Amino acid sequence: MSNFNRRDFLKASAGVAAGTAAAGVGSEALAQGKGAPALNLKPEKGAKLRVLKWKRFVQGDEDLFNANIKKFSAQTGVEVRIDYEGFEDVRPKAAVAANVGSGPDVIYGFFDDPHLYPDKLLDVTDVANYLGAKYGGWYDVCKTYGMSGNKWISIPLGAAGATFVHRISHMQAAGFKEFPKDMKGFLELCKALKAKGTPAGFALGNATGDGNAWCHWLVWAFGGRMVDEKNNVVINSPETIKALEYAKELYATFIPGTLSWLDPNNNKAFLDGLISVTNNGISVYYAAKNATDPKVKEMTADIGHAAFPIGPVGRGTELHLFTEAMIFKYSKAPQAAKAFVTFMMEKEQYEPWQQASIGYVTQPLKAYESNPIWTSDPKNTPYRDCVKNMTPNSFAGKLGYASAGTMADFVMVNMVAEAASGSKTPKEAAERAQARAQRYYKV
Amino acid sequence: MSLSRFFNNRNTLGAVFMVPAGLVLLVFLTYPLGLGTWLGFTDAKIGRPGEWVGLENFIFLFGDSVARTSLFNTLFYTVVASIVKFVFGLWLALLLNKTLPFQSFVRAVVLLPFIVPTALSALAFWWLYDAQFSVLSWALVKFGLIDTYISFLGDPWLARGSVIAANIWRGVPFVAITLLAGLQTISPSLYEAASLDGATDWQKFWYVTLPMLTPIIAVVMTFSVLFTFTDFQLIYVLTRGGPLNATHLMATLSFQRGILGGALGEGAALATAMVPFLLAAILFSYFGLQRRAWQQGGSDK
Repeated sequence: MSNFNRRDFLKASAGVAAGTAAAGVGSEALAQGKGAPALNLKPEKGAKLRVLKWKRFVQGDEDLFNANIKKFSAQTGVEVRIDYEGFEDVRPKAAVAANVGSGPDVIYGFFDDPHLYPDKLLDVTDVANYLGAKYGGWYDVCKTYGMSGNKWISIPLGAAGATFVHRISHMQAAGFKEFPKDMKGFLELCKALKAKGTPAGFALGNATGDGNAWCHWLVWAFGGRMVDEKNNVVINSPETIKALEYAKELYATFIPGTLSWLDPNNNKAFLDGLISVTNNGISVYYAAKNATDPKVKEMTADIGHAAFPIGPVGRGTELHLFTEAMIFKYSKAPQAAKAFVTFMMEKEQYEPWQQASIGYVTQPLKAYESNPIWTSDPKNTPYRDCVKNMTPNSFAGKLGYASAGTMADFVMVNMVAEAASGSKTPKEAAERAQARAQRYYKV
Repeated sequence: MSLSRFFNNRNTLGAVFMVPAGLVLLVFLTYPLGLGTWLGFTDAKIGRPGEWVGLENFIFLFGDSVARTSLFNTLFYTVVASIVKFVFGLWLALLLNKTLPFQSFVRAVVLLPFIVPTALSALAFWWLYDAQFSVLSWALVKFGLIDTYISFLGDPWLARGSVIAANIWRGVPFVAITLLAGLQTISPSLYEAASLDGATDWQKFWYVTLPMLTPIIAVVMTFSVLFTFTDFQLIYVLTRGGPLNATHLMATLSFQRGILGGALGEGAALATAMVPFLLAAILFSYFGLQRRAWQQGGSDK
């Protein structure tokens, strides 16, 4: 019942908080006595903020984000300039800013970014505690990404989640009523789909998003992991081998050519009706829904979304494109920056933004599970739990240069691709990945 | 007035006039190059200045199978693409040098692949090579020559061949047009003299055209090798270095490791490791191809 109460509280407080600048919100939260720590931010007089965010994946994201910024400026008088950059360009820009000590005040980065220069980032523990207490708490994975030691160095914005996007009619024709929830069932489904001439397709090229997502999921699902808790490389393990043997069987059911697939390939193949299942964000569904081509539009009702199947480890092992806001210490207006980041995470801004992003971004705060976007169209619902089911890319070790480098170098993806395609045996592939990862973890 | 005497001195005045250009070179060329080289000898990470580690990065890279593959790929890519570009380019230049209908139009059209931004033409090739939507595969299937689509970018050797083909398509016009310019500077009287001596077409080409063309060949091929060796966009759009790192060039791997992966020092070391190869290419073309004796019909002593 506590859940119910909390949401009631949110509803009640929404009215009160509306029209209040983030700077002033703290005292109200305190007044409501819900245990939310006060957040008394006083934006510096005449403060100007520069913000760098990754370029939208869907137009609504940018429109609403800009609208929220306008709202923030109107309420606080803080001028905000926002720049958008392609998501792969954000990391180098942020790193350079951290390095030279000047640049945007706030940068929305990805994955390991805050852990590459933790000492250059402003301590945002107060903001994180405030938001966590107010909005039902952070999912576990957010703490991994957001915290360094016992302080928060970034505020998670969410993750561009993925599910297993599939064709319902093809699945049924292959003899499955619903999407399998375990590895065995999933393999059987793929075999049956292949037999029906409507195969699966998962990216095995150097595909930053999709390739990393499903390859990590697969290895983790069987209990394989790149490193242990102490950052010792342990990828060459019986669990990994098992995962790679599975990958080999799975690959046999794929459409030809997946070794060359980059991020956009599976979208194109799916929308052309060539594949029946792949891992992807909600974009495929919306591309079909908004298609002008009647043939593609017809597909809309037939598209299903399912959570990644769960392997022998018995828990979700998904990897999604995780993004977080970092405030740099060099900022001349740290209070204004904090107020800005907080403001964007507040219900009045975050929920409409999430809706405008048509569910492309899954929330880091549990309270937003109740955002109507997840239930207004039942097909959106599986995307609601992406962050909940997520495992950090550094699993089971620490985030930092080693984990960032290992993922950027596609060690996991290459290993799965080598074993799946048969260019190396699972054992050889695992040994090679072990050797490559050890270079990053410098054993 | 010592100042006026100072400015009236040709030598000092010359030096003063050279200062702006010198500064530009220093700030925008020497400094970045020096900094990049220096970074290669440090363990700098993105967001963290590095410390001098000597040759550690290079030793590390030498022991790294992916880095070795990328070195092999780069050499293979450069050698094959440059030779083919030269042969095709020269052939095309000789054809264009003949009197053709719509001469300037044809010459302009030939330049097109070079004018189109690489990222754009790479996207076109990406579609041509697509595993599912390839026009090439589609056409071959329609003609009944093959049954299944070719996985152009999915098989390591096929992928290498495919990216090289794309690079050649893009690079030939540059070679052709520049050599054409060279051909047009050769005085017709030389050919007339050769004709009077009863030279065949082949002899004219071998004893007149080629020697007269060597200086420009040296320059063109130096540029061509440099462009090819440092190619980045084409690979980045087509394969990102895949499949299984079969098409990673040193430039793309350097970017992947240094910028995306955050290991700035290692990425810089990879880039620095390219310099000796580039220098060798430059020295070869300058000292190897610009021999005066040969150009004047003599032979090397």
